[in-house]
Amino acid sequence: MPEVHIRKKLLMVEEIFHEGGPISPKPLCRAAALAVIQNPFAGRYVEDIAGFMDDLKPLGLEMAKSLIAALSGDPRTVEGFGKGAIVGSAGELEHAALWHVPGGYAMRQLLGDAKAIVASTKKVGGPGTRLDVPITHINASYVRSHFDAMEVGVTDAPRSGEIVLALVMSSGPRIHARVGGLKASEIKGEDGLR
Amino acid sequence: MKAHIRKLATFFEETREEMGQSINPPARRVAAVAIIENPYAGKYAEDLSELIVIGEELGELLAQRAVAALGVSGTAVESYGKAAAVGENGEIEHAAAILHPKLGTPVRRVLGKGAALIPSSKKRGGMGVVLDVPLGHKDAAYVRSHFDGMEVRINDAPRANEIMVAVAVTDSGRPLARVGGLTKDQIKGEDGLR
Repeated sequence: MPEVHIRKKLLMVEEIFHEGGPISPKPLCRAAALAVIQNPFAGRYVEDIAGFMDDLKPLGLEMAKSLIAALSGDPRTVEGFGKGAIVGSAGELEHAALWHVPGGYAMRQLLGDAKAIVASTKKVGGPGTRLDVPITHINASYVRSHFDAMEVGVTDAPRSGEIVLALVMSSGPRIHARVGGLKASEIKGEDGLR
Repeated sequence: MKAHIRKLATFFEETREEMGQSINPPARRVAAVAIIENPYAGKYAEDLSELIVIGEELGELLAQRAVAALGVSGTAVESYGKAAAVGENGEIEHAAAILHPKLGTPVRRVLGKGAALIPSSKKRGGMGVVLDVPLGHKDAAYVRSHFDGMEVRINDAPRANEIMVAVAVTDSGRPLARVGGLTKDQIKGEDGLR
């Protein structure tokens, strides 16, 4: 399988203090790590692509580590996560799906075997395409306060033969979360859902 | 602090390859951004001194955050720039009040030096407006390899009564600079120009 060619890496960090309501003593931090890589399958139909998932594993771990470092350095402070990919015009949506395993399992592994599925989204698009990466609680998908999303994008990527890979982590609930539902304090932690 | 900050964000970019050429060491740049309340939104004020003080505060805060994210000492920064986007209830002069009178001094203090003018841009716009932060060499404005720009965008800012303020720094010029002109090793560093 082809090796991973990285053109560019990006890290975006947001620290949110309020959104018109009371200023939180603990700001909400959200971070996104992006990598712009060459799409080894661009421009033609390749039947057997699954082996590339293994090639992406080290990159997944590297990106997940950079997110933990950007948030606080302590994996225990990470409460939400998500992932996504944007495939350039010479690729197909299926190429984005190669990111599920290496991106998702890298985060779950580093976050102490997080139980919840990693929410995700994907699309094919041109340079500057924006992607709203969904965020959910790392141990229980139904925790309502942690449903969130972070918009990411790179001005000059993906070019036609590239893929933008994204991982996102957050440090807590929406800054003024108050619409009920399952709370983080009520998580049973058995099935990754509640 | 005079500034009411809703949100702080940093964007880190590392280019490792461009047009198939390896960039070694990678070209790295950071934009640090603050979303603040505009104290003069919705009214005409003759005296904008509150924003001038805010500009001074943000110069120090954003330069410190940008240099920290770049991961080098202040003196290793090669180019810089600044920009502001004012929400729809403000005026372009509000961006000028933040950027021009007092923001530069603390930025130069953080960098240890900075003889050149800090290139700037400003605009008024709605949420998600794209801000292109111009970049120029910090000690000699005519260094051609370092003329560049960095795009920043935050999907939920600036709101009508907010201002988005950005300071950008780099540790290098364009990835494959090759159009001649003054080079960085020719800098005399006397007048900020050459």
